[in-house]
Amino acid sequence: MSVEPFVIDIPESILDDLHARLTVTRLDPNDSATDWDAGTSPAYLRELLDYWQSDFDWRAQEANINRFAQFRARVDGSTLHFIHERGKGPAPLPLILTHGYPDSFLRFQKLIPLLIDPAAHGGNERDAFDVVVPSLPGYAFSDRPRDVGQLFHIGKLWYKLLHEELGYKKFVAHGGDWGTTVTVNLARSHPSSVIAMHLTDVPFWLTFQKTSNHTPAEEKFLAATQQFQMEEGAYAMIQGTRPQTLADGLNDSPAGLAAWLIEKFQRMSDCDGDIESRFTKDELLANVTLYWVTQTIGSSFLPYYDIGHAGAGTWIAEKMKDLIGSTKVPAAFARFPKEMTHPPREWAERFYDVQRWTDMPRGGHFAAMEEPELLAEDIRVFFRDYRRAH
Amino acid sequence: MQAQPFRIQVEQAVLDDLLSRLQRARWTSVIEQGDAAKEIDWTLGTGAAYLQELVNYWRSGYRWREQEARLNELPHFKVRIEEAHLHFVHVKARSDRSLPLLLLHGWPDSFCRYRKVIPKFSAAFDMVVPSLPGFAFTGEVKLASQEQPNRQTAKLLWRLMTEVLGYEQFVVAGGDGGSVIGQILAIDHPESVIGIHLTDLGWHATTIDPATASREEQKYLAAAKKQYMEDSAYAMVQMTRPRSLAAGLNDSPIGLASWIIDRFHSWCDGDIERKFDRDDLLTNVMLYWITQTIGSSMFTYYADMRSPSLTPSNYVAVPVGLALFPKDGAGIPPRSLAERTLNVQRCMEMPRGGHFAALEEPDLYAEEVIAFVEALREWAGDAALDRPPARSLPNSLQSQSDSETRHVR
Repeated sequence: MSVEPFVIDIPESILDDLHARLTVTRLDPNDSATDWDAGTSPAYLRELLDYWQSDFDWRAQEANINRFAQFRARVDGSTLHFIHERGKGPAPLPLILTHGYPDSFLRFQKLIPLLIDPAAHGGNERDAFDVVVPSLPGYAFSDRPRDVGQLFHIGKLWYKLLHEELGYKKFVAHGGDWGTTVTVNLARSHPSSVIAMHLTDVPFWLTFQKTSNHTPAEEKFLAATQQFQMEEGAYAMIQGTRPQTLADGLNDSPAGLAAWLIEKFQRMSDCDGDIESRFTKDELLANVTLYWVTQTIGSSFLPYYDIGHAGAGTWIAEKMKDLIGSTKVPAAFARFPKEMTHPPREWAERFYDVQRWTDMPRGGHFAAMEEPELLAEDIRVFFRDYRRAH
Repeated sequence: MQAQPFRIQVEQAVLDDLLSRLQRARWTSVIEQGDAAKEIDWTLGTGAAYLQELVNYWRSGYRWREQEARLNELPHFKVRIEEAHLHFVHVKARSDRSLPLLLLHGWPDSFCRYRKVIPKFSAAFDMVVPSLPGFAFTGEVKLASQEQPNRQTAKLLWRLMTEVLGYEQFVVAGGDGGSVIGQILAIDHPESVIGIHLTDLGWHATTIDPATASREEQKYLAAAKKQYMEDSAYAMVQMTRPRSLAAGLNDSPIGLASWIIDRFHSWCDGDIERKFDRDDLLTNVMLYWITQTIGSSMFTYYADMRSPSLTPSNYVAVPVGLALFPKDGAGIPPRSLAERTLNVQRCMEMPRGGHFAALEEPDLYAEEVIAFVEALREWAGDAALDRPPARSLPNSLQSQSDSETRHVR
């Protein structure tokens, strides 16, 4: 299969089954707490599930998503799903955007228009990008991996997609969450093709490396990271050690899937506790429904398993030397205040050629969804200097 | 406070609903099914082949009504104490030389943990087997006070034994969460608790200051830490975000079974199919399903995380018997570690068995409990059991009833 156009059209039977399950959802009748301290608030979950059952219109969401030009291509024996939108400007720069967990390619739904057609959004047409937004292997409409250990090969898949299938010789890249790891991997393994990269976080697993001579700010960051892992990191531990055990229930219960996924949107966004100050129910449910209809919650856990079983520091340091460590690919970091952790610039400089560092005034882990304008502008400005290399 | 007889009687609608959920179970595989998937069965979580076969049996072979009738052969009661509607099994001994024995389960099991040993104990003990607050037919207990939940539980159980059932003194046996609650009971009510028998030291035992640990202790602590990192993420989730997990487990019977069965697999000594009867496993899962208590049961982890009920500075002064099974947790802890927090009078290294010893090795387990209590009784004299033994027991207690296959630590 070469590149083929793709349109999302979920069979009616899957939606009927989803609706049937939602009508018989069984939540603990004795738990109606409104707080989110111990996880997703049962009161909010009930409200969201009511909306999902009665008001949410998947077909409208689907039509909305299908306005983007989507494709599927076979790369290295597995099928990748992606959006490919051409920029509207004199010389669009090719840009690949990589999402993470628990989002999906929908993470970039608001960002894409700002990047492909800046002139229509108060920007300059010279800042236009050709945008490619793949679904990670195991996510949405990309094939699920046939074995563990896929995480560190995704960079190569991206390269082949861009280079061989889409004919881009040189390009830039942006990512967040697992998208950061993949983007870094892509840049390390193909430094002559990746002109520069823009990231919203520093890969968390770099803290597993043995580093020394920390500045006070780094010490503070490393301590906060440990604290974060204690308080917030259980989802990553279970997804990394017993992904199948957790997936068995979540793939069988839409309520369970929603509860598990939306907790992160409440926890890691700049919402001050009020999830709907950042995300509409439609936005949240479009993402959850995407996991549901594609039955990919289990395979979406695989990056956690892969990083956990890579032998952390040892494996990464020894076997991935060509993929991490210093690099010539220039990097920019946009640091959003409600990100999970807040590495100082010098921490990033240990691993990357940091050319730009932006402390954003607002936004969290899902920056592309929460603050698309801020993010788009930072991406435009940073890559402006690298357009002539294209 | 008057205990009322209680019978388990699940509404047919609940069973019908369960069956329809099992029939439309939507299975998934983390990686694409193929050769690799077969190889890594159980390494990514609950083994798909085993679980699907178990669920097939659940759907078409398992008979809840038979299990229910079997459980109802035991004398069940409920009693209101404070805000709790405490469920318990109360089996009176066949002998007038009996001692009261309180048997405490943990997570993710239930009062059924002791189903197989009840007949073995019935000659020697009056048995009280409660469903702990948060579990099965006791269900969630809304706390009126800010009291630490495990301490609250211990207090409720003390009131059950003394005020409701009229036992002035009793022996406690437990494992997992039951070990922790047994220890609290002994600490808070040494006048009532003659001795406690445990299959583990409680999770606080590994939180000692590592600087004070002996070489042997350090080795064990390292093993415990490794085991925690590799196979205790379930606990981390339950300690920090139980509600995000509970929604799915209370809505999906296969999800609930997977979550629970994975623990039975991890913590048993050998092949889960040989060690546990499918009916026993499913009846335990059923108790969580029909009472919708998976959420409240996991909340005990959350509560203990926020406010630990025991720390290594607590000491159990009443006599303690330990039966340590090799496949429980990180393996058998050094006796010195146990002695930091427990007045260990008998410490036996068992030849085989895991976390759910009373279900997995009922004979070995029962013999050990009986041997410990007999030794206690002999030392104290039948008539003297109205006062608790002092801190130190004679050496003779150590060597009694040791079979050749187990070792004194």
